[in-house]
Amino acid sequence: MEIFTQQVVSGLATGGIYASVALALVMIYQATDVVNFAQGEMAMFATYICWSMLNAGLPYWGAFLATLGFAFIGGVVIERVVIRPVENAPILSIVIVTLGLLVICNSVAGWIWTYVQKPFPSPFPSKPFKVSLGAGETIFGAHDIGQIGITLFVLLCIYLFFRFTPLGLAMRAAAQNPVSSRLCGIRVGWMLALGWGLAAVVGAVAGMMVAPSLTLEPNLMGGVQIYAFAAATLGGFTSPGGAVLGGFIVGVVENLVGTYVSFIGTELKFTVALAMIIVVLLVKPSGLFGSTVVKRV
Amino acid sequence: MSALLEVHGLEAFYGRTKALHGVSFSMAAGGITTILGANGAGKTTTLRAISRMVRTAGTISFEGQPLEARVTEDIVQFGIAHAPEGRGTFVHLTVEENLKVGAWGRRERGGLEADFERVFGYFPVLRERRRQMAGTLSGGEQQMLCVARALMLRPRLLLLDEPSLGLAPLVVREIFRILRTVNQAGVTILLVEQNAALALDLADHVFLLETGRVVLEGPSDVLRRDDAIRRAYLGY
Amino acid sequence: MTSRLARHAGLLAVLALACMLPFVLSNFRLFQFTQVYIYAIAILGLNMLTGYNGQFSLGHGAFYAVGAYVSAIMMDRWHVPYGWTIPVAGVICLVVGFLFGLPALRLEGLYLALATFSLALAVPQILKYFEHWTGGSQGIVLSKPKAPLGLPLSPDQWLYFLTLAVLVILFWLGANLLRGRVGRAIVAIRDNHISAEAMGINSALYKSLVFGVSAAYTGVAGALSASVIAFVAPDSFNVFLSITLLIGSVIGGLASISGAIFGAFFIQFVPNWAQDISKAAPWAIFGVFLIVFMYVMPFGIAGAVGRIWIRMTRSRVLQAGRDPAPAHHAHTTT
Repeated sequence: MEIFTQQVVSGLATGGIYASVALALVMIYQATDVVNFAQGEMAMFATYICWSMLNAGLPYWGAFLATLGFAFIGGVVIERVVIRPVENAPILSIVIVTLGLLVICNSVAGWIWTYVQKPFPSPFPSKPFKVSLGAGETIFGAHDIGQIGITLFVLLCIYLFFRFTPLGLAMRAAAQNPVSSRLCGIRVGWMLALGWGLAAVVGAVAGMMVAPSLTLEPNLMGGVQIYAFAAATLGGFTSPGGAVLGGFIVGVVENLVGTYVSFIGTELKFTVALAMIIVVLLVKPSGLFGSTVVKRV
Repeated sequence: MSALLEVHGLEAFYGRTKALHGVSFSMAAGGITTILGANGAGKTTTLRAISRMVRTAGTISFEGQPLEARVTEDIVQFGIAHAPEGRGTFVHLTVEENLKVGAWGRRERGGLEADFERVFGYFPVLRERRRQMAGTLSGGEQQMLCVARALMLRPRLLLLDEPSLGLAPLVVREIFRILRTVNQAGVTILLVEQNAALALDLADHVFLLETGRVVLEGPSDVLRRDDAIRRAYLGY
Repeated sequence: MTSRLARHAGLLAVLALACMLPFVLSNFRLFQFTQVYIYAIAILGLNMLTGYNGQFSLGHGAFYAVGAYVSAIMMDRWHVPYGWTIPVAGVICLVVGFLFGLPALRLEGLYLALATFSLALAVPQILKYFEHWTGGSQGIVLSKPKAPLGLPLSPDQWLYFLTLAVLVILFWLGANLLRGRVGRAIVAIRDNHISAEAMGINSALYKSLVFGVSAAYTGVAGALSASVIAFVAPDSFNVFLSITLLIGSVIGGLASISGAIFGAFFIQFVPNWAQDISKAAPWAIFGVFLIVFMYVMPFGIAGAVGRIWIRMTRSRVLQAGRDPAPAHHAHTTT
């Protein structure tokens, strides 16, 4: 039972990472119908920037916030400079452009910071939490708990932003109906760029949170990106809340499968988790919380 | 005095296809003007040209200021609201959020609540639906929402594209009654409409478009008696 | 009429050129060209599914792997002549693809992309799991086949001609399939499956069939690669292979037959050029290439070539009022 609770908590911690990147993917997908394959690599790059600032002696939270600023500007600039010129191209062509971004981020990071793994600090104490649950005492990693807290806080901020601010409303309007939004005076192009910026911020948080446990290297986010894609698909690409929930579900399931089903081991864990998602999708083809898009004939 | 809206030699293009071949007209402030014409005559294109949604040549000026060099997003700043063909509803936003989006482009940010009251006064059914997703509204209610959203701008000129499309006659009559009230409150209206009888009743001035050109214009009570108009558009 | 003649003449010229290559190129270059043809076959398979039928696959590397392993195991275990393993690999991939296509019918767009992507992730691991047959992560080492009938060709030259012959046959079959009644049905399903069904097209059947045929093409490509490289190992069929095939397919031009060849050249040679330009960050250069290509040719190379051709022929018609079909451009429309 203790192991179970521990595994669930650490599953929620990684799940939060998947949830953040999944949310970033869905934010961009809803506005532009494009899956940004470079989302994870952009986050990795931001994490390296944070590492450089920490290395230069900045305090953790200062570097953290500065990184978010860089990530935001980076996201906006990438949308304006790289994505905008192809916005009217076929979807798959835009997907190829994001693949191009992926390899550029990965390769440039390796070039600047080398492929050697670097330790990345956690802002949370290394002493584990001890929590008494009924009879026994369960031990949780402080980083896990802190990571869950930070991710939930960021997700909450994003929710409040989109739900209650005029700018958030304008961004949702621009994503839904660009033509009508323009007629209302909304600068749709800039709203898309802001969306990329915000998505990059959410991704950067995920990168900085996951780096202490995985250690920093250019391929930091490869696996995360795949799980996040799976999470967004499981939750439904049309539902941001669903994608977040999907992230947590994938994180927990992945962890429990790895712990309890011994013959699977770490290698096949990936495949099994994905296979389970596919089975769910066969029953609910547009994700757990997604709605089927009805196209007019 | 100069006209509120003045269009001269307007040509419009979809790709290489020319849809308007030199449309010229001017509109005084305060009235209701309607553009009549068959399918494909260029009625919607004329509105889209004013809102800068198509590539054009020729001049368009609003209160003496040229619009040609502007982009669609700027048009609201002149006090021009466009209720587009197909209603342009934000189906995943609530009715209230749709109205807020409509107010996005205006200069003064305050007084939202008063504007809600004003448009709910015109369309009481929207008050009942205030927290409902706009996609769940009926066609008539969505058309009302479309007009209401445009009015949230506090426009001086309202461009209305086929408000009767696909709606039951009773609903259409209701909407047209409200449009008259809106106009009396000081909003100039440029209406594109297939239902010529209704449009002629509402409007005080009429332009007739045929294949991208203005072929006839005049006060509506005069044109209503015109034989050609009567036969082609009124059917008696 | 003349346009068709010109096109055939152009095709023959290109083919003649291709037949001369083995006698002028070094063995290494020749190997690269053989690899291009193999990719082209695989990409044509992916094009049928993604380009013509609108089903998104991020996992065609899996079928490539299945084809390669079917061929390798048959040669290694049962000493079947390589020539026989190629059609068998095709048929097995046809069945596997068809069966995978059945459940995939329920999935569309991104959801199908995830399913196929998972397949691409799973296949190398499954291959390692069945060590007894596949040799685990060590893979299977094969020997390069010699030219038959005492032909005076080196193994590399012979494999080049073999691959070229398979390419010509499969492209001819593919072109006939896609340009005919079946092809129209496949495209109709992509463009509007409800209308297509209303016109009496059995969309479920066609979609799974396309999945099967597409997998068969890619499987044949895999089988050829087993003989050409004379080695198979699970890690050469990782997800990057699937993504590379998708890149080739989009860069070449999605719903286009000639696009498969352009795309194959791109994925074979552009990474090498990138390497030549920058040793430090070759993939960054490759990424820039990808982005620039999509800026300049959003509809892929075939799309751009087609547009130029139309423009040239159109101006020619305006100038001379004659039948537009300059022979030196003819191959681009096939």
